[in-house]
Amino acid sequence: MRVFLILFSALLVNNYVFIRFLGICPFLGVSKKMDTAVGMGFAATFVLVMSSVITWLVNRLLISMGLSFLQTVVFILVIATFVQFVEFFLKKNSPGLYEALGIYLPLITTNCIILGVALLNAQANYSLLEAVFHALGAGLGFLLALVVFAGIRERLELYDLPKPFEGLPIALILASIISMSFMGFQGLIKL
Amino acid sequence: MNSLKEFTKGFLRENPTYVQVLGMCPTLAVTTSAFNGLGMGLAATSVLALSNVVISIIRKSVPKNLRIPIFITVIATFVTILDLLMHAFTYDLWKTLGLFIPLIVVNCIIMGRAEAFASKNGVWAAFLDGLGIGLGFTGSLVLLGTVRELLGNGTVFGLELWGKAFNIFVMILPPGGYMTLGLLAALFAFIGLKRKQRGEQK
Repeated sequence: MRVFLILFSALLVNNYVFIRFLGICPFLGVSKKMDTAVGMGFAATFVLVMSSVITWLVNRLLISMGLSFLQTVVFILVIATFVQFVEFFLKKNSPGLYEALGIYLPLITTNCIILGVALLNAQANYSLLEAVFHALGAGLGFLLALVVFAGIRERLELYDLPKPFEGLPIALILASIISMSFMGFQGLIKL
Repeated sequence: MNSLKEFTKGFLRENPTYVQVLGMCPTLAVTTSAFNGLGMGLAATSVLALSNVVISIIRKSVPKNLRIPIFITVIATFVTILDLLMHAFTYDLWKTLGLFIPLIVVNCIIMGRAEAFASKNGVWAAFLDGLGIGLGFTGSLVLLGTVRELLGNGTVFGLELWGKAFNIFVMILPPGGYMTLGLLAALFAFIGLKRKQRGEQK
């Protein structure tokens, strides 16, 4: 039961994009078109879940050696290496998937949501299962945010805006309004 | 003269927040008050300047294919040092900034400067570049933090201006962060357009 609470808490109540402010750069960068938004969302979810398993194991190792202050350095290297491996693997074994997700993979390494979730897992002392569900919730929340945002932005292209608001400013104000609606979930789940 | 230019370009012309739109996560997350913005900005500035110096020193012996992992390791090392120092000496600030201190590692401003500037230029220029861009980042954070704190709480740097008389509470919540940054970005775009128009008339 607790794992589902963690899942929905990460997905809706504490949505990583709108409430916790992680992963804003790709959120603003690739949300102009629906299909790129979906691709980025799924790629990030996959990397999130896999990397949270790996960093969980690595974290146990670090704790047993008394080196937990090295968390940040080790985590980011592990994530970067893992993303590189996924890229090689996809290129070799499923070119179709590589075509679809390949261009997002290098961007994901510097997406702060991945490192953020790994560090939060370590901080909250989650078990492996809890860590996986937390990462899954974070990834799906990111996907949801991207899809909602891209859908509105595609329509926004058609409207005549005041010149200074074009591009980034209107995107941020839009994000503010969506963020306000996500505030409505506040206090729904208490962990 | 040239080094002065290296230093000041980050303030306005290449401002990381409003012109390059980099490092958005800490920009939005920690600017609930002017003081938090200042702390985050200075923390990022110190990492940026120091990692720029080290990367500039080692730039000739770094193989091209391996440069990204090496740069990340250099940056992560400085971030870990900073994290431990802040835990020891500025505990309250460390607690408020929380997760966003280790996340300086993946701040695109720092990686961007390492890749675009420090790996191609001398040590002194790289240091000035890091310091300038970092202070530009700090300036944007303080501006954002001041507006949000003033409207949300009636104070600036904890100093009471009108206190509880006029508060828009949502300004210090997440939606207020997006809203303030959006309106400020529109304001800067407006100023930019006006200046351009005036240039054309002349």
